[in-house]
Amino acid sequence: MPTHAALYRQLYTIRRFEETLLEAFPSGAFYGTTHTYIGQEANAVGVLAHLQPGDIVFSNHRCHGHFLAYGGEPHGLFAELMGKATGVCAGLGGSQHLHWKDFYSNGVLGSTAPIAVGTALAEKEKGSPAICVLFLGDGAMGEGVVYESLNLAALWGAPVLFVVENNHIAQTTPTELALAGSLAARFAAFGIPVNELDSNDVDVIYAAAASEFAALRHTAAPRALILNTTRFGPHSKGDDTRDPALVASWRATRDPLTLQAARLEPAARQALESAVDAEIARAYAQAEADPLPSLPALTQAGRQ
Amino acid sequence: MTSVLEALTRGLHAAFAQDGRVYLIGEDLLDPYGGAFKVSRGLSSQYPGRVWSSPVSEAAITGVAAGMALRGLRPVVELMFGDFSTLIADQLINSITKFPAMFNGTVRVPIVIRTPMGGRRGYGPTHSQTLEKLYLGVPGLRVLAPNTLSDPGELLRRAILEQDDPVFFVENKVLYPKPVLDAQTLQDFEIEQTQGEFAPVHTLRLKGAPPPTLTLSAYGYMAELAREALTRLAFEHEIFAELVVPTQLAPLPAGGGLEPALAAALQRSGRLLTIEEGTYSLGWGAEQLARASQALGPRLLAARRLAAHEAPIPAVRALEEAALPSVADILRTAREMV
Repeated sequence: MPTHAALYRQLYTIRRFEETLLEAFPSGAFYGTTHTYIGQEANAVGVLAHLQPGDIVFSNHRCHGHFLAYGGEPHGLFAELMGKATGVCAGLGGSQHLHWKDFYSNGVLGSTAPIAVGTALAEKEKGSPAICVLFLGDGAMGEGVVYESLNLAALWGAPVLFVVENNHIAQTTPTELALAGSLAARFAAFGIPVNELDSNDVDVIYAAAASEFAALRHTAAPRALILNTTRFGPHSKGDDTRDPALVASWRATRDPLTLQAARLEPAARQALESAVDAEIARAYAQAEADPLPSLPALTQAGRQ
Repeated sequence: MTSVLEALTRGLHAAFAQDGRVYLIGEDLLDPYGGAFKVSRGLSSQYPGRVWSSPVSEAAITGVAAGMALRGLRPVVELMFGDFSTLIADQLINSITKFPAMFNGTVRVPIVIRTPMGGRRGYGPTHSQTLEKLYLGVPGLRVLAPNTLSDPGELLRRAILEQDDPVFFVENKVLYPKPVLDAQTLQDFEIEQTQGEFAPVHTLRLKGAPPPTLTLSAYGYMAELAREALTRLAFEHEIFAELVVPTQLAPLPAGGGLEPALAAALQRSGRLLTIEEGTYSLGWGAEQLARASQALGPRLLAARRLAAHEAPIPAVRALEEAALPSVADILRTAREMV
């Protein structure tokens, strides 16, 4: 198991990355939009700590935390969000469309579900031990193709871990206005084993994910992990319609960083934070100085 | 003689035999049924592990195939009816064709989606449409439509094995029983076959005919009707035309140019009549006419298109026939143009 410090470092890296992004956005440093992961960091860190080389991750519009926990570099992600040639996808994808190694993300909710199932089946067909982790939010659970995909995954034995991060709000629509019945029952209906947590503690999520990964690798059949979580920031930028007092109360009691920081010596924590602060600042400055893509990239991309 | 259906089945079998990465996913594929139109017959017996007969979940099977393609396999999706392609539009437009470009060329998605299109079978409004025009112009998507002038199975085999980017493969369902034409059958015609960017283009004219005053262009099954019209125009109306039959509908040449074989034919005739089974407005023919106008300017003497009526295709035979372009429509329009 990773040390408390290693897990905290990842949580803190994601937090500082996202805070830097939100702070710099109004200055025009970034182009387009962004969906930050602040408050949900323990999910990505606790789950993706169990990846083996070759395992596949499919992420969604809120993908920065997943990407960084997967091992992606802050510099490449800053550069991508700035539209620089040095970005993860040379600026062509932007915030929601990343591909690096075996990590993929797309911005159309739920559309990734069958594709993730297909990647897992392909690896199984090739005799590879790789599995696939698919991150969905509660909002994506409104898309019909997700249920077609659950059916196929169960029917055809796709080694996919469906991770639903239920932050109880889809853009501005509270879950109770969008979801009938129970999320867990939706997986159970397809015979997919499901485990549900309500915690922002990376230790708790790590432990639950450990047994999911072990079972997934053993049975090579789909499983589901529902993570009830809290989004501290807006959906995108400045579109938070929730009571600020409610969000503040979560920050006070459920901040994954606070929960994990309590397990570290204060001095060690401060040293770690300073190191990450410097790393993020360096990554940002480097991305800022990087060149924009040249025009031919527009017509060359995808045509080889 | 080999029928188009037999040729396509052979092409699929050849692709399966040649490359273990080829998979087929679709509904009702298992033998003895072998798919609703029987194109996939025999495959599930010969390659049981690589033919996945699926639930009625077009979007998901297309997405699954996309995932398989991302990870190095070469999946083929059979959509039972082209009308159901609307169910896969998100996968096609927002994932399959986007990934290579938005991921900066770091991935390829070699997937072939084959589907029967077209009417004249009495299947009514939701099982008779010609919908490929919805997907023409989607960047990154190759749209192919086989015809009887060259082996549709070989085209399919090449699409599966040689294309690293997504292909939408349109099989007109009335073509299935038609023979793939041989030299004997085509002996009245002088045929020029040119190689387009990926697929062949055929230019037909009657042997010994005077210089053409009209160019017909049609693909798929409409090329059959256009070929019949070509002969009747000559013998019944003394109008000498050429017929250009493309196999690739998209992408078209970059920069707005015409397919070279069509450009060459128009240089000779100055008049273009396009014939398609899709609806009239904003379609394949409209694009050809726009390009012809751009390429020829004032030397374009006449430009018309024939297409389906802009209404749902009726189930009743007489009205279905009236809704779709016929040989008589081609003859009438051609006579008005020359």
